[in-house]
Formats: sequence, C-alpha cells, structure tokens
Amino acid sequence: MAAPSIKVSETPLVLYLLRRADDALILGHRLSEWCGHAPMLEEDMALANIGLDLLGQARELYTYAARVEGKGNDEDKLAYLRDVRQYRNLLLVEQPNGDFAHTMVRQFFYSVFADLYWRAMMKSSDATLAAIAARSEKESAYHVRHSSEWMLRLGDGTAQSHARAQTAIEDLWAFTGEMFALDQAERALVDAGIAIDPAAIRPQWLMTISNIIGQATLARAKGDWMQQGGRIGHHSEHLGHLLSELQSLQRTFPGARW
Amino acid sequence: MYTQALNASESDERQVEDAVRNAAFQARIDDEERIEPNDWMPAGYRKTLTRQISQHAHSEIVGMLPEGNWITRAPSLRRKAALLAKVQDECGHGLYLYAAAETLGTSREELVDAMLAGKAKYSSIFNYPTLTWADIGTIGWLVDGAAIMNQIPLCRCSYGPYARAMIRVCKEESFHQRQGFEIMLTLCRGSEEQKAMAQDALERWWWPVLMMFGPPDKVSQHGDVSTKWKIKRFSNDELRQKFVDATVPQAKFLGLTIPDPALRQDADGHWRYSEIDWDEFKQVLAGNGPCNRDRMAARRKAHDEGAWVREAAAAFAEKRKPRHAAQAAE
Amino acid sequence: MATPTTPLWEVFIRSRNGLAHKHCGSLHACDATMALQAARDIFTRRGEGLSIWVVPSNAITASDPSEKGMMFEPAESKIYRHPTFYEIPEEVGHM
Repeated sequence: MAAPSIKVSETPLVLYLLRRADDALILGHRLSEWCGHAPMLEEDMALANIGLDLLGQARELYTYAARVEGKGNDEDKLAYLRDVRQYRNLLLVEQPNGDFAHTMVRQFFYSVFADLYWRAMMKSSDATLAAIAARSEKESAYHVRHSSEWMLRLGDGTAQSHARAQTAIEDLWAFTGEMFALDQAERALVDAGIAIDPAAIRPQWLMTISNIIGQATLARAKGDWMQQGGRIGHHSEHLGHLLSELQSLQRTFPGARW
Repeated sequence: MYTQALNASESDERQVEDAVRNAAFQARIDDEERIEPNDWMPAGYRKTLTRQISQHAHSEIVGMLPEGNWITRAPSLRRKAALLAKVQDECGHGLYLYAAAETLGTSREELVDAMLAGKAKYSSIFNYPTLTWADIGTIGWLVDGAAIMNQIPLCRCSYGPYARAMIRVCKEESFHQRQGFEIMLTLCRGSEEQKAMAQDALERWWWPVLMMFGPPDKVSQHGDVSTKWKIKRFSNDELRQKFVDATVPQAKFLGLTIPDPALRQDADGHWRYSEIDWDEFKQVLAGNGPCNRDRMAARRKAHDEGAWVREAAAAFAEKRKPRHAAQAAE
Repeated sequence: MATPTTPLWEVFIRSRNGLAHKHCGSLHACDATMALQAARDIFTRRGEGLSIWVVPSNAITASDPSEKGMMFEPAESKIYRHPTFYEIPEEVGHM
C-alpha cells in the first residue's frame, strides 16, 4: 500500500514558490547523480557543492511555501508526495545529465538566469523572498563562474569537447525560453512587487551567454521554437522516472519518519 | 616544501643504504620527530607509506559508491543533503590522501592507474552492497566508526603530510559517524518495518566491519616495520577490540542485537567476540566480494568517459600559456 | 604510454582577518583559475577561508633538510637577540 499524493492549495504565492523550489530540487538532484562518477575528483567536489546549494535553496522555498499554504504540509511532504502532474519545475532542469557537456551547458543556461533572477528578487516586497534571494544570489554567482569557465574549456579545448558542447547547446536551446515566460498565475504577484517579470532579464541573459559562447568559439543554436509546459505540470518523460527514484522510500513506507 | 627535485637524483633501489643513515633516521623516529617529504628516508619507508596512503585514498574514493547509491533515494531533504555532503567529504579525503602520497614521489595519475588496473588495493568493506536505507545508517555508525578508530592514531604517524591529512580527515569524520547513528536511532524508534530494516543491516555489516581492521596480529605481514617506523601505533587486534568495546553499548542503546551469539564480556570488561571467517576476507581481497567487479567497473567508466573532459581542460590551459607568460613578464 | 600528469599546486588559506595564509595541502589543476576554484571547493566548505593563494608547486624553492644544521643552528647561539638576555632593574618598570 503506497503513500498517496497530497493535494496542495496552489494559491498564487504558493504556486510561485513551488515553481522555484522544484527548479532547485530537480536540478540539485540531477547534479547529485554525478557523485562518484565525475571526470575528475575535483569536479565531484564542485558538482556536489552546486547540488548542495540548490538543495538548500529548495528547502528554504518549500518551507516557506508550506508556511504560506498553512495546511500542515512541510518541505518533505511537498517534495516526496506530489506526483509528476503536480511538479512545477522548468523542463530544462529535468533533462537527463547526458555527458559532461550537456550537464555544464544546462548548468550554464540555468545559472546565468538564476543569478540575474535572484539579484532582481532581492528587491521583492516580500521580506522572506528577498532574504532567500540574497543568499541564493551569492550561490548562483559562483555557479555562473564555474559553468562559464567550463564552457570556455569545452568550447575552446579539443575538437571532441567542442563538438560535444555544440551538440549540447543545440539539444538544450529549446528549453531556455520557458525561464522567461510569465503566465496569468504570476501576473498579480509581479504587479504587487513580490515577483519580477523574468522577461525583463532576458536581454542581459542573452548578452551574457552569447559573450561566453563566443569566447568559447561555439555558436548559438539556430531556431527559436521554445518548449514549455513544466510550469503547469506538462513534463517530459524524464521527470516520472526521476520522481520514482526520489520518492520511492516515502511512497513505500507511508507515514514513516526518517 | 613539497618539491620532489631534491630527492629525484637518488635511485632508491640501487643506492646502498648505509647503517649510519638508517640509524640517524630511526633515532629521529624514536624521538617522535616528523619526517617531511624531502628528508632522507629508507626505501622501505617510502614504499610502505606510498602503499598505505594510496590504499587509504583509493578506499575513500571507492567508498563514495556504496553510499552514493542512496543519494537519489534519500527519504527526506535533510537526509539527502547530509548524505551528499558526507560523500563529498569522502572525495575530499581521497584528494588530501593522494596529495600526501604524492609527496613521496609517485604521481596521482600513476597511483590511480594502478588502482584501475586492479594492482592496488582498497578497503575490503566497500565491496559490500547497500541494499536498504538502513545500510546507510549502518555504514556511518560502524564503518566510519571503525575508520575513526584507525585514523586517530594516524594523526600522530611519523610522516608529516600523512599525519596532517589525517588531522583534517578526523575533524570532518565525526559528523559522518553521528549522521549514521542518528539514522539508526530514527529507524529503531520507528515502525516495526524500520526496526527490522535496521537489525537486518547490522547483521549483514557486522562481520565485514570487524574484518576492516585487518588480519589477526599473528598473521599480518606488514606489522613489524610499520610499528618500528611509527606509522602504525596500535595492532589490528588492539584496534578491533577497542572498536567492539565502544560499539556493543551503542547497539544495546539502539535495541539491536549483534549477530554474535557467543559475544561475552570478560573479567576486564572487554567484549570477547567469536572467530572471524577469514576465508570470506581472503575471497573479498582476491576480488570475489559481492561488489568488487561493480566498483571497479564504475571507477573505470568514470575515468574513461571523463578522459575527453580532462583533455579539454589541459588543451585549453596549453593554448593560454604563452599569453600568460608574456603578461607575467610585463 | 604513461598518463600525462596535471600540474600540482600548493594551497594557502587565510582563515581570519589579520592572520597569515597557512599551507593546507595541494591539488591538481590545469591552470590557475581551476586551481582557485578547486581550492575553494576542497578546503573551505566549513567556513575556513577568507582568502586563498594557489602556487604552482614547482615555483616553490625549499631549503634542503640536510642543511638544517648550517641554515638554522647558528641562530641558536645568538641569545643576545632575545629580550630575556638583558637585565633591567624592576624599578624601571616594564620594558
């Protein structure tokens, strides 16, 4: 008898927080999959650090979401007892790790966005969010540095690393648009100064990634069709497998404390 | 400091080690002086330490795998973060230890190549599988507990870089054991299924953990010089006994039963345990443990698939070199 | 063919304002940027650092241990360099 999924009261702020928490958890989880398998030990350390940063952000955001929701849920109930259709993360972060180039390009695209996003969110009219943003921004700044340095080394390293990096850019490009989308559900929060409209940071994001991609002797992807759906629970097939693994113990032992 | 150039011209195998130098070296050891990388040392000292430190390093790295196996399934966010941080620490320990081993003149690449080729050993304990979440608690409680027993005396080992690496390791290691014990406590205070999970894990790990301390004193071949050179401060059996004495009360506190029906406390308060199955130990060392093949395959895969990444980093650095040299000269 | 080796770096960390950098270990990296990042990830996870120096190991010149006598013993007999060598009457106060 498995533990059933909880129902969450997705009022605007709760929904907003779940989206960002899910982004951080899923990406952190993906990075933790590298532990013990990275190309060199120094990178095992680095990826674990980034993963821990993201996990920490997720926990803060879930905890706040549970508090705002006020229905007795907590970080673990939210993370372990919502199913695929209830998860609200970007499609980008649930993509499989692939090779190291895919992992780094994914990290690069996301971190440049996250750093700009959290910096802007430090001015949120919600004090808790502003504080979370301030802490998260320092972490994202480091993630930007780390992934940018790898973009340079992969793009301007060997022919093989260049080809893999270019492939990764092509493969992941269509998932980048979703980061900048704003839907009706968040419009009210933006108007209240609680959240920002991510479209506002897209020009800067584009400039930063184009700059690094250029320095790395790589090319931007062609085509501008953008995938979306993650924000409303229309995920890729990858998320289901990820959640099966993540949630397995809690689902198997309903009500147990760990 | 760690420049190897000073000793590079000596060919340790061919040089005749005169009695005077050896005696002076032994006197330094007896005086509790620390030997540093560029000090004169007998070839045997260098060889034995290189073997021991690198084996320790390999163990930390391979040790990431059984615990890493449960990161994606950790049952709460707090446990997930703690486990990821713990496994990351093990990686860091491997790095400190490779760095210490390298000061003796063998590169990290050579040491790692030897491990991947199956020529170097790592601790037998990591050839056992983690089947349940309780295994993660058990590893923290018992495996790290045993490692701490071993590592605290090593903080006073005669070789400076190894001793300093161990001090760093020991500072970080105590969170590891506490994390494991806390997991066990939670399970033992939980549902019947969780208690059974904890008991089952203890039963599968107890004997392999006792084997971690190595063969009984009367059999161990490396003992004598290691003791003379203050690399090894206590014997295998001494450490094993210390560990059992510390752990039995902990198991009692948890309400778990150690899988040794003949376990008895003697008149001096020591817990006497039954005969260990040294055949199992031999088999595991020979590569026939449950996970030897999987562990080696995983490390080889990471190494092989990571080659293009390492090459890219090296190629990039090479391209940037002339420019940096020119800038530095300005 | 032997595996090519990655350069070795020595790491020095300043843990608190006012203290000197202290040697804490070594690591492998292809260039200075990677070395700095690796040092941060390996040696400062528990708040041990305010400042990091990384130095290529082969840039360090070390004194030869076999010359310890020549290098350091002569200083031991120059006790007039220590304040305790000099007698100052107590009435003068602290000096």
